[in-house]
Amino acid sequence: MAEVTTTAELMDYDEAMERFDPVLGLEVHVELNTASKMFCGCSTAFGADPNTQTCPVCLGLPGSLPVVNGTAVESAIRIGLALNCEVATWCRFSRKNYFYPDMPKDYQVSQYDEPICFDGHVDLEVNGDVFRIEIERVHMEEDAGKLVHQGGDTGRIHGADHSLVDYNRAGVPLMEIVTKPIRGLGTRAPEVGRAYMAHLRDLMVALGVSHARMEQGNLRCDANVSLMPKGSDELGTRTETKNVNSLRSVEGALRFEIQRQGALLAEGGRVVQETRHWHEEGWTSPGRSKETAEDYRYFPEPDLVPVAPSREWVEQLRASLPEPPASKRTRLQAEYGFTDLQMRDVLGNAGSLDLIEATVLAGSSAAAARKWWLGELARRANDAGVDLADLTITPQQVAAVQALVDEGSLNDKLARQVIEGVLAGEGEPAQVVADRGLAVVSDEGALSQAVDEAIAANPDVAERIREGKVQAAGALIGAVMKAMRGQADAARVRELILQKLS
Amino acid sequence: MAQSPTTLSVEEVARLAALARIDLTTEELEHFAPQLEVILDSVASVSEVARADVPPTSHALPLTNVFRADEVRESLPVEAVLANAPASEDDRFRVPRILGED
Amino acid sequence: MSQAHDILTSSAAGLVAAMEAGTWSCEQITRTHLDQIEALNPHVNSYLAVDAERALATARSIDARRAGGEKLGPLAGVPIAVKDLLCYAGLPTTAGSRILEGWMPPYDSTVVERLVAADLVILGKTNLDEFAMGSSTETSAYGTSRNPWDLDRVPGGSGGGSSSSVAAFMAPLAIGTDTGGSIRQPASVTGTVGVKPTYGGVSRYGIIAMASSLDQAGPCARTVEDAALLHEVIGGHDPRDSTSIDQPLPDVVAAARHGDVAGMRIGVVTELGGEGYAPGVEQRFTEAVALLREAGAEIVEVSCPHFVHAMAAYYLIMPAEVSSNLARFDAMRYGLRVGDDGENSTEDVMRASRGAGFGAEVKRRIMLGTYALSSGYYDAYYGSAQKVRTLIVRDFEAAFEACDVLISPSTPTTAFKIGERIDDPLAMYKADLCTIPSNLAGNASGSFPIGLAPEDGLPVGLQVMAPPMADDRVYRVGAAIERFLEQQWGRSMMAMAPRLEHSLLDDQGGN
Ligand SMILES: [Mg+2]
Ligand SMILES: [Zn+2]
Repeated sequence: MAEVTTTAELMDYDEAMERFDPVLGLEVHVELNTASKMFCGCSTAFGADPNTQTCPVCLGLPGSLPVVNGTAVESAIRIGLALNCEVATWCRFSRKNYFYPDMPKDYQVSQYDEPICFDGHVDLEVNGDVFRIEIERVHMEEDAGKLVHQGGDTGRIHGADHSLVDYNRAGVPLMEIVTKPIRGLGTRAPEVGRAYMAHLRDLMVALGVSHARMEQGNLRCDANVSLMPKGSDELGTRTETKNVNSLRSVEGALRFEIQRQGALLAEGGRVVQETRHWHEEGWTSPGRSKETAEDYRYFPEPDLVPVAPSREWVEQLRASLPEPPASKRTRLQAEYGFTDLQMRDVLGNAGSLDLIEATVLAGSSAAAARKWWLGELARRANDAGVDLADLTITPQQVAAVQALVDEGSLNDKLARQVIEGVLAGEGEPAQVVADRGLAVVSDEGALSQAVDEAIAANPDVAERIREGKVQAAGALIGAVMKAMRGQADAARVRELILQKLS
Repeated sequence: MAQSPTTLSVEEVARLAALARIDLTTEELEHFAPQLEVILDSVASVSEVARADVPPTSHALPLTNVFRADEVRESLPVEAVLANAPASEDDRFRVPRILGED
Repeated sequence: MSQAHDILTSSAAGLVAAMEAGTWSCEQITRTHLDQIEALNPHVNSYLAVDAERALATARSIDARRAGGEKLGPLAGVPIAVKDLLCYAGLPTTAGSRILEGWMPPYDSTVVERLVAADLVILGKTNLDEFAMGSSTETSAYGTSRNPWDLDRVPGGSGGGSSSSVAAFMAPLAIGTDTGGSIRQPASVTGTVGVKPTYGGVSRYGIIAMASSLDQAGPCARTVEDAALLHEVIGGHDPRDSTSIDQPLPDVVAAARHGDVAGMRIGVVTELGGEGYAPGVEQRFTEAVALLREAGAEIVEVSCPHFVHAMAAYYLIMPAEVSSNLARFDAMRYGLRVGDDGENSTEDVMRASRGAGFGAEVKRRIMLGTYALSSGYYDAYYGSAQKVRTLIVRDFEAAFEACDVLISPSTPTTAFKIGERIDDPLAMYKADLCTIPSNLAGNASGSFPIGLAPEDGLPVGLQVMAPPMADDRVYRVGAAIERFLEQQWGRSMMAMAPRLEHSLLDDQGGN
């Protein structure tokens, strides 16, 4: 990596907040999880070999023509509705004209002055305070291809002597969600920006329209920041920090720009309107200056016909919306009796609330479901470096394991082994229990014999118990469990020991 | 704009050529500038005819909502994809170095 | 008459009948056309590429299938020429441009796919103005095609390769494309038939775009019936083209066979005539109108007041779309790459390649379109042009309330001399004066030969315009005028064409 040098002077954050009010504008690109691309039938699957998911349309070959993916339009409308937007009665695609080698047609098919959804809002609760974020628009467009820079020392564009293009991503459906200028956040601005991004991520998952994996670029944020001197009403010059692709980075980039712009303005300098690049080490650097910005020459895309969603269709889609994540959280916390602290843990583990809910619906208690998903399973997901939802165990299977525990066929230790077996692909929990011979031994004769042997082997301990030192039973229980290779019900063993030595 | 003749300087034509990514020689610029000016003059009348209350027509026929099902179709074999490429490397299109962005 | 003469001058329908009767085999017919191409193409330059081997192989397989008793389609075995703007895998597709020299498309256009499915025999690809931009084929990077009526004159454009191949008996049928008149104007100046279907009637998939909202492919032929038969083969809904109309085609073949205008109301457009129109064009047009009246049509005069602004609107909308459609020719994925020396940047190479690969007319239109769309000018130019388009649509709608079809000359003049207008863009653009309104409105329109202008002995065409999806009316009127004139002349229009040196036709010319 290049040496980390932030030539910019930074103002202390608190000082910046005393002198300025930040104004944010967030543009979030969401890659949809449709099976095929926006305008052609090529697969959108992640990770394929270069240029194997391309055709005349998404390569922009002469003569090829786009046809709109109906599911992508449906997803756009559902996203808009979930963000409380109006849905256009009639809108068009436009061409955004600019030359770049990752864009096969040298124009992007997008929407310009007629977005499919507009004028919405979301109310975010951030540590007890509610902030309203106004949504300007949700529009449909297509992704570009992927460039790899060769010949330089860092894989970056500077110093590279040529680049290579893979068009597999070209044409993947993108939804762009744009906020109106967000004012009045004060010192909470970076935190609210992060919460907004987290909200969109959860919303996309709840809607089922995107994998919403930030690390795979399914969700990308362009963060606009400007500062207004306290008491002023005039918007300052803004910068746009591109491709901020994690929750932590959104917060960091906003904070950094506030401090950088604060320092500039305080010295009497001026903020240059430009795009900036976010570096994961925690700073931004200047990119293309807007003064030399392209003239995009938008005009209605003549190869596509207008989109005019009927009101019946819109209402059908509205009726199909899932419960909004915020109200679902409140409802489930009350239903499950989770404390605030427990709930924070749940929300801190992406996707776990949905998994817990599904496990409860499959018959488990809420407490047990929470214990499994945030305990054993969270640990295993973490070790494997995957999301909880990607573990190869279903909520139904987790509930089945818990049912075996509840009926006394498994103890905790055995239950963990069953979970391990399911994750290893050994089949349903019952199958794993049978194949690994994991059931608790309920043969009273065998258990009684094992207790007798343990008493015989530990006469001192047995004597102390006879004298009333009941806590000493632990040592005997351990010995019995060891002899039974763990497959005994510890409570029953304890009962037997005390019976025999009373 | 329709009344007074359009003027199109050589510099203006050079700006258009740059926007359109076309290298033009000085001779070409000097040849095109007056030609484009004449053409623009002859088409400027549209702004007089087009009253504010007339809606624009972008599509000849009033079709709407033409969608395809979200189904995966076979892509081209990668050899066919790259067969016409001026240069390729590792199954990717090879392009000259890109300036101006990081 | 020699067999070659008979084969070459036969209509497509006649060729099918002869194949079915066992008079000629498809291979004979194909070989004869290939021979005529070999003899004549060096002088007329209609074809940019000839696909002899594949054509003969196809012909032999069609003969075998016919011999096996298989029932084939109405144009099975008929040779055809395809404008080099349509993708056809296995042959280069150049669009008449240096920038696409040698480009081999990895896929077929829908029109080509339908030709192949209907068992037509594709002979090769025909010349055109570069990216179909022109009215003479003079902007082609591969030389000018010549008008078989006078080799010093243009065969029209952009589809001059297709029109001249049909007029010089190097193919009975050809595919053209028409953005502002590129099927009808070449048909008019070569004495052939050319129809621009309703926009959305024929799929644009696989046809290199000039102006997407105006482009439409259609048939070129020597008879009205042949044009209709071809129209039926290539037309109809295609899910790969979002602007394709999902409705059954009107019965154009029946219309072409009946050709009865009795009781039809035919409107003569006031604005498409008068000053700037050659006397011979006006004379033949007036005679055609009289003929239609005699045949029982009711002739009315109709004004379409906004047609005078059609050309201005067209020369804003078309270049705007051109500037965007041709952006993809950027030397990155296909086509000419210039200046890739390891030092030059992507942007340098794009500019150098486009500078070297595009000809003057293409550059003019790209810059014009870039200007019309650029910020600050959009409303005055592109935006206004789209409003004028609305006014022209309304003119048509009002006229079609009063008339079943509208008619005019197809072009203001007969074929002009090669070189005469090449450096005067405005003069060149005027060749499409009559044809442009139908592209802006998207309605059906065709050109049919109505004789020779007395002053120069060159063909004159009648344009017939019908409402969208009423393409059958174009053929009804075209067939009627064809029948009456042939009765009057005692021979076909093309039989009047001069015999070209090197042609395999007998001295008597066409029949
Ligand atoms: Mg965007
Ligand atoms: Zn594709």
